[in-house]
Amino acid sequence: MTARAQNNLVPFALGLGTLICAVLLAEILIRAGLVNRFIVPMPSQIAGAFHRVITEEDIPHRFLVTAREALWATLLLALVGIGIGVLLYRVKLLRDATETWVAAFASAPTVLMYPLFLVIFGRSEKTIIMMGFVAGLPAVILKTIEGLAGTRKVLVNVGRSFKLTEVQLFWKIYFPAAMPTIFVGMRLGMIFALINIVGVEFLINFGGLGQLINDLAERYDLPGTYAAICFVILVSVIFFFLTDRLEKWLRPAA
Amino acid sequence: MALAPQRSDAPRAAAVAPLLVVNDVSKKFETPDGVVTAVDHMSFDVAPGEFLAVIGPSGCGKSTLFNIIGGLLDGYDGHVTVAGETVKGPHPSIGMVFQEESAFPWRTVTENVAFPLEIAGQPKAQRIERARHFVDLVGLRGFENRYPAELSGGMRQRVAIARTLASEPKILLMDEPFGALDEQTRLLLGDKVLQIQDQLKQTCLLITHNITEAVQLADRVLVMTYRPGKLKRMVAIELPRPRSSEIVSSDAFGRYVAQIWGDLREEASRGMHDDETLRAAQK
Repeated sequence: MTARAQNNLVPFALGLGTLICAVLLAEILIRAGLVNRFIVPMPSQIAGAFHRVITEEDIPHRFLVTAREALWATLLLALVGIGIGVLLYRVKLLRDATETWVAAFASAPTVLMYPLFLVIFGRSEKTIIMMGFVAGLPAVILKTIEGLAGTRKVLVNVGRSFKLTEVQLFWKIYFPAAMPTIFVGMRLGMIFALINIVGVEFLINFGGLGQLINDLAERYDLPGTYAAICFVILVSVIFFFLTDRLEKWLRPAA
Repeated sequence: MALAPQRSDAPRAAAVAPLLVVNDVSKKFETPDGVVTAVDHMSFDVAPGEFLAVIGPSGCGKSTLFNIIGGLLDGYDGHVTVAGETVKGPHPSIGMVFQEESAFPWRTVTENVAFPLEIAGQPKAQRIERARHFVDLVGLRGFENRYPAELSGGMRQRVAIARTLASEPKILLMDEPFGALDEQTRLLLGDKVLQIQDQLKQTCLLITHNITEAVQLADRVLVMTYRPGKLKRMVAIELPRPRSSEIVSSDAFGRYVAQIWGDLREEASRGMHDDETLRAAQK
């Protein structure tokens, strides 16, 4: 095995090992009665519930619905969030006027605004997507500003010394320099978006995995509920993997 | 080496028209403590193919001068011309190498070097081929597809030099390009710069605070005063060419270093005294 393969394998094995240990610990604690099994089901029960929720609860369809909503929210975040971030970076007056508000908005419990969104968009996927998008927006805007503002002056001067136009400076210097920070913002935005998407699906009992979690919880099918939550995590893992690939494609040195 | 240091208070009498002329340039900055004159009535010129080093103590306005000549700073008095053309903003005939690491971390060595050619709109195959030539020139063959993070500090500076050379500037303007490197790497990179200059007959203007580097590389050394930065003396370095870093052990080299240090010492002391006074006032 090459040193590079070993370097990649060791963190993966450590991460997987830690997860397995945590699951085993939970199993032991619940079996020993230290954790109430009527509140937290045993991991073995959750594993046993997977087949049932997949076959009886139409998980593939619900998974795709939630993934689609998350994808739309992510695309909106990339377009609008990065766009606003660039605008606020470029127009200092706007930035000074709004940056504090954007930061304050990041900590606002926007999920509680769902009745307003229901009125505007109706009980539809649009409401869920927009709630996810709004929740993730501040992180993307703030990180885009941070990334652009953090571009080293010498790199900009190199561009200026080669007589780059403002547009060339942005696409050839600022954007690639800011990309790692912008991707951090996108990942944070996606986390907030997915939490809100599943949360709103749960609250309005509509859509994909959130609605299923609501149904299963109301039936007090706790192993099924936790199995469904695992699929939400899977959506998150897939989106993280895809953004990681995208970042490596756009900036191979990252 | 029996050459005696020659001292000249006037710019070298050039047989050909100077390529770069800095004429009566002054630059003042507004600061919270008042107006600071960074550069004060500086005038000198650089002949085609000549290597001029500008040396001065920290804070004497060397980098301000670099930015003015490079067209990155405006709002100054006097004028700068390249081949008779006034510099108003970055000029295509001037290629700049910066003190800080400036290789683009997201581009490979070849992509970095090809950058100015990409901006000029050259087709990809052509610019990659051209970039490889400059990568070879700075001795980075075998590292074409590496990213700057995979290179040493000296190699990264060579990438920056190759990138600037790829734009084929008439004047290579360098601001302490080896400032962050250790002494051995600095001497060896000096050799590389000398080889390149010899091969390309490149006109060079080096801003530095390192006396050894200035004497090793330059045909003339312009000594600046401490704030405000003025021309204190122009020293002609009449050491034989082609040179290499071996020259640093010669007697003549030592005499030039001593002579320039003699000029610089008083200025550096003044700078240090000012710094200490400022720190004491801030306490």
